[in-house]
Amino acid sequence: MSHILFDNVSKSYGAHTALNNLSFELNQGEISFLTGHSGAGKSTLLKLIMCMEHASSGQVLMDGVNLERLAKSQIPFHRRRIGVVFQNHQLLFDRSVFENVALPLRISGYTSRDLERRVRAALDKVGLLSKEKQNPIELSGGEQQRIGIARAVVNKPSLILADEPTGNLDPKLSSEIMRLFEQFNDVGVSVLIASHDLPLINRLPHRVIALGQGRLIGERAAKQASEEGHHE
Amino acid sequence: MNKPSKPNKRVPKKASAKVSHKPKESNRQSTITASSQSAAYFQHHKLMAKDSLGRLLQNPFASTMTWLVLAIALSLPMTLYLALENIKQLSHSWDQSSQISLYLKANTLPRFAQELSDNLENWPELSSVDYIDPDKALADFSRSTGLSDVIEGLDDNPLPAVISILPKLSSTDMDGLTQLQQKLEKLAHVESVQLDLLWVQRLYQFMELGQRMVWALAILLGLAVLLIIGNTIRLSIESRRDEIRVVKLVGGTDAFVRRPFLYTGVWFGLGGGIIAWILISAGLYWLSGPVKELVSLYGSDFQLIGLGLADSLLLILDAVVLGWFGAWLAVSKHLSSIEP
Repeated sequence: MSHILFDNVSKSYGAHTALNNLSFELNQGEISFLTGHSGAGKSTLLKLIMCMEHASSGQVLMDGVNLERLAKSQIPFHRRRIGVVFQNHQLLFDRSVFENVALPLRISGYTSRDLERRVRAALDKVGLLSKEKQNPIELSGGEQQRIGIARAVVNKPSLILADEPTGNLDPKLSSEIMRLFEQFNDVGVSVLIASHDLPLINRLPHRVIALGQGRLIGERAAKQASEEGHHE
Repeated sequence: MNKPSKPNKRVPKKASAKVSHKPKESNRQSTITASSQSAAYFQHHKLMAKDSLGRLLQNPFASTMTWLVLAIALSLPMTLYLALENIKQLSHSWDQSSQISLYLKANTLPRFAQELSDNLENWPELSSVDYIDPDKALADFSRSTGLSDVIEGLDDNPLPAVISILPKLSSTDMDGLTQLQQKLEKLAHVESVQLDLLWVQRLYQFMELGQRMVWALAILLGLAVLLIIGNTIRLSIESRRDEIRVVKLVGGTDAFVRRPFLYTGVWFGLGGGIIAWILISAGLYWLSGPVKELVSLYGSDFQLIGLGLADSLLLILDAVVLGWFGAWLAVSKHLSSIEP
């Protein structure tokens, strides 16, 4: 079943066409890279899924729901079902690591006991449980990215979107971050990762969707056979 | 990973115990019951109230300046209102006064004056008639003013005989009173008839004017309070742009985003209201000494009206509502411009 479906989607900003009649689908529980040069339309695609932008034509469906038809008041609730990881982390430096990760739960309406349990579980998952009281500004780039991931998954979303999650990281850290995404995918979360880190993409067996000038210019199916042995 | 090797003391045992089964359920969308949702709602309100107050106190100088400006804007109309209340109290004794003074001709013999007075008492339209003997009036006057030396030096009593009349007519019935006045003027021995009501009414006109000025001032300064708070909140929104973006991205509703700013407005209002109350109370205390002395000189039982409990609460409540509303206006205007 398709989790995300783009059906002939175009998006233009004035004279500039960011997406041009794009169609693709991401299945439930699938992990896929989204690649292309900067300006190829990766960010626009993610923004459409997040309802940060509206398609100029065509339809974007998530779980069968046409996102164009979502009322403005429904958008926050739509976003709560998606975990987003940003290249620049988008962490808040006026609060602790714990509070950064807790933010989506506070928004969704969790009581503090439930919230603490979930935040610690998410921090434990990314290996930063011991730094919950620190300010994220004191942490390294890789650690900040992992806080961003903890925040994206703390609400147990069914879909994770990541925009250049390994952008500023060295190969070793990039692999660690990718490993986290794979772990979430293992338990059924759909993951879509926008990246132009080709060495990393080529090392991993996942599906690749390649964009160029707003069009689908190539696709590589997931390499089924090598998947099992990959992690070790 | 690159976890530090020191043992982690801060994490309670129950948290790490729960972690183990987490991945199994992580593919499910979490469910939240209605009761936990409302508990979380109140928790968030409490958190935001505390957090926004904390932010104000982090910048004590800037916050105090804002509070003082608000307090001054709030205390001005309240002060005028209190002044008016005090004047009203001073004039309260004249409230029902539709009293008419009948001044008799200077050469009227006391006998005729008394006769006229007795005569008037039989008039059905009068409720009381009081003859004031000129000699007695002079004695009263000399006693109350302490001018006995001067008065003793007078050759004869300069005061006319006066009959003080209280008509049954209501003080608002100007036509009836004027007719009565004309009827009284035609009586023998009567020099002139004076309606005391007239100047009381003029005073009331002035007080009505004053009351309207209080309202105009209250509205203008209320508007100033809105603008001050609105501007302060706008700056606060600007400085928290990133946070608003992130909150919206992870699914914060407009109400959620608005909440801390509304609390900021409420705290500004509350602080401004309380400081305004302190300013007014201090001012009244400062005035109370001289007023008491002045009042004792006049032998009046006038008491300076201060801020009662109701007035105090109303002042602070108004300030809070203005603070909240000012914040609401600013947030509504500026929040929509911050979209992720």
